[in-house]
Amino acid sequence: MSSSTELPPSVATDAAPLLQLDDLAVHYSVAGRLGTGRRLLKAVDGIDLEVRPGECLGLVGESGCGKSTLALAVMGLVAPTRGHIRIAGQDIGQDARPDRKAMARTVQMVFQDPYASLNPRQTVRRTLADPLRLHGVSDAAEIEHRVAEMLARVGLRPEHAGRYPHEFSGGQRQRIGIARALILKPRLVICDEPVSALDVSIRAQIINLLLELKDELGLSYIMISHDLGVVEHMSDRVAVMYLGRIVERGGWREIFENPRHPYTRALIAAIPDPFRLHAATARDKAKGEIASALNPPSGCHFHPRCPMRQDRCTVESPRLDPVTAGHGDVGHWAACHFADRTGAS
Amino acid sequence: MSAPPLLEVENLRIDLLGDDRRHAAVEGVSFRIGRGETFGLVGESGCGKSITALSIMGLLRHPLAIGGGAIRLEGQEIQSLPPGQIRRLRGSRIAMIFQEPMTALNPLSPVGRQIAEMFVLHQGAGWSEAGDRAVEALRQVRVPSPERRVKDYPHQLSGGMRQRVMIAIALACGPDLLVADEPTTALDVTVQAEIVDLMRELCAANGTAILMISHDLGLVANICRRVAVMYAGRVVEEQAADAIFRQPQHPYTQGLVASLPLLGGRAAHGRRRLAEIAGTVPAISAYPAGCRFNPRCDRATDVCRVEDPAATPLGDGGLVRCHHHG
Repeated sequence: MSSSTELPPSVATDAAPLLQLDDLAVHYSVAGRLGTGRRLLKAVDGIDLEVRPGECLGLVGESGCGKSTLALAVMGLVAPTRGHIRIAGQDIGQDARPDRKAMARTVQMVFQDPYASLNPRQTVRRTLADPLRLHGVSDAAEIEHRVAEMLARVGLRPEHAGRYPHEFSGGQRQRIGIARALILKPRLVICDEPVSALDVSIRAQIINLLLELKDELGLSYIMISHDLGVVEHMSDRVAVMYLGRIVERGGWREIFENPRHPYTRALIAAIPDPFRLHAATARDKAKGEIASALNPPSGCHFHPRCPMRQDRCTVESPRLDPVTAGHGDVGHWAACHFADRTGAS
Repeated sequence: MSAPPLLEVENLRIDLLGDDRRHAAVEGVSFRIGRGETFGLVGESGCGKSITALSIMGLLRHPLAIGGGAIRLEGQEIQSLPPGQIRRLRGSRIAMIFQEPMTALNPLSPVGRQIAEMFVLHQGAGWSEAGDRAVEALRQVRVPSPERRVKDYPHQLSGGMRQRVMIAIALACGPDLLVADEPTTALDVTVQAEIVDLMRELCAANGTAILMISHDLGLVANICRRVAVMYAGRVVEEQAADAIFRQPQHPYTQGLVASLPLLGGRAAHGRRRLAEIAGTVPAISAYPAGCRFNPRCDRATDVCRVEDPAATPLGDGGLVRCHHHG
C-alpha cells in the first residue's frame, strides 16, 4: 500500500509547526593554545527548520556537523548566539529565559548510550517517578499507576520497576530511557542515535517501538542518526547538515531518491549495501576528511571534498534554495550552486 | 594433494577461565582462507569474533586461553609456537588493525618511527633507510605531504589519518594475511568508505588475504568473498557473501538480514514493520543446551533444545548448523 509511505494522517501539513528554528546560530568561544587568542567555533550557523505535530524529522550528518549542539539548543541547554527557537508557540531565544519545567513537559530526549544515561543507583521506579513528583504529582497511587502504565507501553513488566539498570540488557535499558523521556507526556522527543549503541539483533525492536509510540501518542521526533537506513525508514522529512549548516532538506523520498547536494550523494554512496542496484560511482564519492569547525573552508564548506567543485564554490557560499523540479508538498531545498545539475543523472 | 590453505582454523575452542570452572567462549570454529582471499567474520558483541582474531595473532591473555583445535598458517600449526617465534610471524606474515587507532598507536612516538620500526625489527633495515621507507609507506596509504607527516604524533592526526597510519604499519612488511577487527567502526561514514576502498585496493595489489571482523553485515558482504556468521561462540553459517544476503540458511542470519532497514527498502515496499529477533544474546556462562539460538528461534523444536546441530554442508563449500535450516 503506497499510502503508508506518505506522511501519516497525524501530520497536519498546514498546522502550526511544533518547533520552529529561525536563523539559529550557536557559537562557542574556544581558548587558543596557552590561553591566548580566543577563537570562535560556529557549531550551528544560521539554521531554519521546522517540525510539525506528528512528524519525524531525520537529522543526518557526521561528527562536527552541529547536530548535537542543535539538539542541546532545542532542549534549552545551550543559549543561542543568534536567532529564535519557538516550541509550541513559546519563544526560547536568547532573550527569553526558558521556563525549564514547562520545557520538560514539551521536549524530551532519548540518548545514544543506555549504559551511560541511566543513574546506576536508582531503581527504574525512581527514575520514572522523580519527574512526576517534580511536576506536582504527589499521589502515590497515581504515580505507581503511571509508572506501571509507562513500563507496559515500552514493553517492560510491572515487576521491572523495582530493579536497577545493571539488571537489564542493552535493549531493555533503552526501553527504560524511552519510558523516562515519555513519562511527562512531551510533544517532541529528540532521539540522538537511539540504536547505534545496541546490538544489531536488538535495533529492530527499538525502531519498531519508537514508531509505534509515535503513532499511538501523536509524538513528533527529531531523529538524529548517521545510519541512513534507519533515517529513511523512520523519517517523514530529512535535513542533512555539514559543518554547522543545513545543506539539503526535503521529504524522505526526495532526499533518498533524488539527492541534489553532492554531500548527500556522498553519504548515500558511502553506505555498504549489498542490495544496491547501481554501484556508487567516483562522481558521488567524497574525498578527504571533514574540516575542523574552528576553521571551516571558505565559500561552500564542502568544496575541498566535493567531486563537482568549480571555482565559484571556493569563494561564494551557496544559499539554501528550493531546487527546480522539486516535488512533494513538503518542498525540497539544497545549498549548492549546481544543485540542478547534480540531480540530472 | 593440493597445497594447504593460507590460514586454516580447525575446531578451535577458546576457554574463559573462571575461579573454579572454565566456559567455552568459542567452540568448534573452523574456517579456511586461501591466498589473497577476503573472508568476513560477522556477529554481535560477545559472539567470540574478536577473540578468534586475537587467537590467530597469538594475543590471547588470561583469563582467555586456547582450549583445543588448531590454527595453521600454510599447514604449520602456530597456536602452540613459543612466544619468540609467534612474534616473528606477527607483523611480517600476519598483521592486524584495530577498531580504535588512537589506543593502538603509541602516543609518545612519531608515527613515522612507528612505521619504520617494522622495517628495523622484521627486515633488519637501518633506522635511516627505514625512515625513508616509512615516508613511502605513508604515501602509499595516501596521507598528504608524507615527508612532513612522519614527524607527527598520533594526537595531531584525525581519526581517518590515524587509521591510514595503522594500515601502513600493518602492510609495511607485505604480510600474507591482514586481520582487520572493526577497522572503520570508529570513523564517520564518508571516511569509512575511503578507508575500506584503500584497504581493499592495497591488499589486492599485494596479494594480501583479509580476515575482516565486523558487526556490520553490509560492510562485510561488500568487501569479502566469503562470510561466516557467528552466534554465541559458534559459526552458525558460512557461505559466499552474496548468498548470505540472498539465501541465508540459518534462522539467525535470516533474522539479521530481515531486521536491517536497508536503504531503498521503504521506497520499494513502503514502510514495513521491521522483523525482530526476540530476546537477547545469552551470557557466556549461560549458553543454553542444544542449539544456542533455540530460545530466540521461532522454528525451535524439542530436538533443538537437547541436541547441538551438526554442520550441514551447503553447495558451494559453505555450511549451516541448524536442525531446520533453509
